[in-house]
Amino acid sequence: MKVSDLLEKKEFKCLNPQIGVEGVIESGYVGDLLSWVMANAGSGCAWVTIQTHVNIIAVASLLEMTCVIIPEGAEVEESALERAIIEDIPVIITNLNAYEVCKILGNAGI
Amino acid sequence: MRYKLILDVKRGDFDAAGEASRKIKDILQQLGVSSKVIRKVSIAGYEGEMNLAIHSLGGKIILEVGEEELSLTIKDIGPGIDNLDLAMTAGWSTADDKVRQMGFGAGMGLFNMNKHADNFLITSKIGAGTKIVMKFSLE
Repeated sequence: MKVSDLLEKKEFKCLNPQIGVEGVIESGYVGDLLSWVMANAGSGCAWVTIQTHVNIIAVASLLEMTCVIIPEGAEVEESALERAIIEDIPVIITNLNAYEVCKILGNAGI
Repeated sequence: MRYKLILDVKRGDFDAAGEASRKIKDILQQLGVSSKVIRKVSIAGYEGEMNLAIHSLGGKIILEVGEEELSLTIKDIGPGIDNLDLAMTAGWSTADDKVRQMGFGAGMGLFNMNKHADNFLITSKIGAGTKIVMKFSLE
């Protein structure tokens, strides 16, 4: 599944679509403790986290994640978005909760 | 020695945190280091960088790339760690509430560094500082 496929669903919106959304989502990961995510998340994943500050982009970029999904309508900090554009990481927001996001990813075969 | 780089990390500068690790990753990619090794160095380097920003009075990250291995040294100017055994324990942290709310302070930093480096050495003295030397085989 590509990021663009996910964005076809009305529940998801990309905050920085100008960087391109053709990356392939190979797996999913959920977590808010950055050290835990650093140690355990794989590359190519969609990372669902409620953290919204600039350091999530550093983690996503270092691990070569495909995108970050912010659930439950949490507001993403401007500095995080600026960094996401530089680092080429799509940041996607949704009003769904993390479990509902995972259900959609799972139903899409991820 | 094929390459050496020294990067400064300031205390409390969370907005810039991750930039040193990013630079290191870029350089290792340019040097043709395998993605498996880069991932290990990235994880350990990011943890070291965050530890400097969260816990130290400021410090440096030194990357040295040789023919068969690379080393990453995380060195700060204090305050030093009182009990290293405790600090190395997964889940143990002295991070404050603000830092924990940002998702740091899980107590996994030193544990992750030790886990991902092929060789890990930490020394610390109260009032003087902490030095971590990690070595990674280039395979």
